[in-house]
Amino acid sequence: MEQLIQQVASGLANGAIYACVALALVMIFVSTDHINFAQGEMAMFSTYISWQLIQWGLDYWIAFFAAVAISFVAGVLIERIVLRPLHTAPVLSIIVVFIGLLAICNSVAGTVWSYLIKEYPTPFPKEVFGFSGLIGAHQLGVVVVTLLVLSLLFVFFRYTPLGLAMRAAAQNPVSARLAGVRVDWMLALGWGLAAAVGAVAGMMVAHIVYLDPNMMAGILLYAFAGALLGGISSPGGAVLGGFMVGVLENLVAYLGNAIEKGFGVYIIGNGEKLTVALIIVITVLTLKPSGLFGRVVVKRV
Amino acid sequence: MTTATPADTATTPAVPASPMAAAGADRRWVWIVVAAAAALPLLRSVVPDIISDYRLFLMSTMMIAAIAVLGLNLLTGFNGQISLGHGAFYAVGAYTAAILMDKLSLPYWTLLPIVAVVCFVVGFLFGLPALRLEGHYLALATFALALAVPQMLKYRWLEDLTGGVQGIVLLKPEAPFGLPLTEDQWLYYYCLIVTVLLFWAAWNLLRGRSGRAMMAIRDHSMAAGTMGIDTARYKTVTFGISAAYTGIAGALSASAIAFVAPDSFGFFLSISLLIGLVVGGVASLPGSIIGGIFTVLVQNSAQALSNFVKNDIGLPYDLSPYSVYGILLLVLMYVMPTGIAGGVVMAWRRLRR
Repeated sequence: MEQLIQQVASGLANGAIYACVALALVMIFVSTDHINFAQGEMAMFSTYISWQLIQWGLDYWIAFFAAVAISFVAGVLIERIVLRPLHTAPVLSIIVVFIGLLAICNSVAGTVWSYLIKEYPTPFPKEVFGFSGLIGAHQLGVVVVTLLVLSLLFVFFRYTPLGLAMRAAAQNPVSARLAGVRVDWMLALGWGLAAAVGAVAGMMVAHIVYLDPNMMAGILLYAFAGALLGGISSPGGAVLGGFMVGVLENLVAYLGNAIEKGFGVYIIGNGEKLTVALIIVITVLTLKPSGLFGRVVVKRV
Repeated sequence: MTTATPADTATTPAVPASPMAAAGADRRWVWIVVAAAAALPLLRSVVPDIISDYRLFLMSTMMIAAIAVLGLNLLTGFNGQISLGHGAFYAVGAYTAAILMDKLSLPYWTLLPIVAVVCFVVGFLFGLPALRLEGHYLALATFALALAVPQMLKYRWLEDLTGGVQGIVLLKPEAPFGLPLTEDQWLYYYCLIVTVLLFWAAWNLLRGRSGRAMMAIRDHSMAAGTMGIDTARYKTVTFGISAAYTGIAGALSASAIAFVAPDSFGFFLSISLLIGLVVGGVASLPGSIIGGIFTVLVQNSAQALSNFVKNDIGLPYDLSPYSVYGILLLVLMYVMPTGIAGGVVMAWRRLRR
C-alpha cells in the first residue's frame, strides 16, 4: 500500500512537468491552432542555456530566471521570424517547419554541448522532511514550482489588461483587432510565454532524467497525451490532464510490476512507457478528440 | 487541406494536380533512364574504379529510400493525410522480412508479396482511427507512433521473434541461376526491378480513377464525398497501400544491410522520409526518386560535411545529418515549397517563356 502511495506521489511530480509542457502546447494551440512539435526540444535547449550559465558560476536561481527570460525572447523571435511568413500556409508546411525546428534545436544542442549525459543540479534541499520519504524534496519542489507558475499565469490572464487582450486575440482575432488589440504581437507573446513555461518544465525535469539533447522526447509525448486527455483547447484541462497522465503512467508500471510478481507473467513495465502514451493519444483522439474539458468545435460548412 | 502553398496553386496549378506532368510528358526519357540504370553494372569492366561494388550498394539504398518516400508521398502528397511516423511501417516491413527469413528460412524473393500484404493490413488498421483525424491531429498520432516504435520492437514477449535489442543478423541475397554477379550487383538489379515495378504501379494507380479520387479527397474531401467517392474507404486503402510501399522498402533494406535492430527504426528514420518527401517534391513521382537519392546522400556525406566544416571553415562543431535536415526543412519551405522537382519544373517554365 505504501508503495502505491509512493507511486502516486511520484506520478504527481512527473505529472507536474507534463502539465507545464502541456500548458505550453495549449497556449500555442488556442491562439494559432498549431501543435508545436518542437516544444520539447525548445525546453531542452533552454535547460542547456541555464546549465551553461550555472557552469559559468551563476547562482541557480539567477540562471533559472535568466534562462526563462532568454527563452521568452527566443519564443517571440521564432514566432516573428519563422512562423509569421507562413501565416496562411497549408498544414503540411507548418508541420514540416516545426519538425525542422525540432531537428535544429536537437542537433545544435548536441554539437555545442555534446550528446554526453550531464548531471543537472537541484535548487531544493537534500534532506527529506514531513512526509517520511513518500516524496523526495526535489519532487515536492517541482510540484510547488509548477503550481506557482500556473497560478501566476492564471492571474496574468484573468486580471491584467494584457492577459485580457491575449485571450481576446486567441478567441476572436477579427473582433479583437477591431477593438484595437495588436493581434500579431499577442500571438508572438503567446509563443514567448509558451517557451518560458516550457523552459521551467525542462529545468525542473533535468535533475530527474539528467540533461541530454534527447531528454524531452518521452516527456513531450506524455505532455501531448495529457493535453489531449484534458482537452487541448482548455488550459485548465490540459494541466489536469498532465497530472492524470503522470499518475496513470506510474500506476501502469506499478500494476505491471504487481502482475509480474503475483502471476509471474510480464505484461507491461517501464520499457513500454512510450507505448502507453501512444495508446492514450490514439484512444483520446479517436474516442473524444475534444478531451475531457475541451470545447467541442463545430465546423461551419 | 491542400498540399500546395497558396502561391503555388495560384501560379502553377498543374504541378500538384498532375503527378505525371514531369514523368509522363516524355515517356521516352523514363525508358532511357531505366535502360541506363540497367546497363550501369555492365560498364564495370570498362571503368572499374567508378562503378565499384560500394557505389552500386549505395545506389541500391537510394532506390530503397525512393520506394519508401514514394509510399509516404502516396499518403501525404496525393491523399493529404500527413504522416510523421512512416518509419513504423518501414520497421514492420523490415522485421516481417527478417523474421520470415530467420525463423522460416524463406528465400528472400518470396518475401515481398508477404511483406506487402502484412504492411497493407497494418496500414489499413492504422488508417481506421486515422479517418477521424485531420491535419495536425493525424500528424500528432503518427508522431507518437514514430517515437514508440523502437520500444515496441523491444517488447519482451516478442523477443524470441525479434531478437530484442540485439536484432537479427541475416544473409545477403545471392545471384540466382548462377549469374556471374557479385552480391552487390545482384542486389542492385533486384532493387532496380522492384523499384521500376512499384513506380510503374503507382503511376498507373494515380492516373486512373482511384488516383483522381485520392487527389480529390486531398483537395476537398467533402466535395469529393458529394461526388460519390467513398472517402473513408479510399483513405484507409490509401493508408494500406502507402504502408505496403514503405514496408517493401523496409524489407529490401533488411536484405541489403543483412541486419535489423530496433534502434535503427527511430524517429530519425521517419524524419528522413519526411525530408525525402519535402525535398523531392510533395505529390510528385520523380520527386520521390530525387528525395530518396537525397536522403542517402546526406547520410553518407555527413562525415565529409563535418570534416569540411571543421577543417575548411574552421568551426569546432560536428555537422550531423540531423542539422542538415533541420536547416533544409526550414529553408525549403520558404524557397521551394514544391520541393526540388517542383522548383526545377517551375524554373524551366519560366526560362522557356
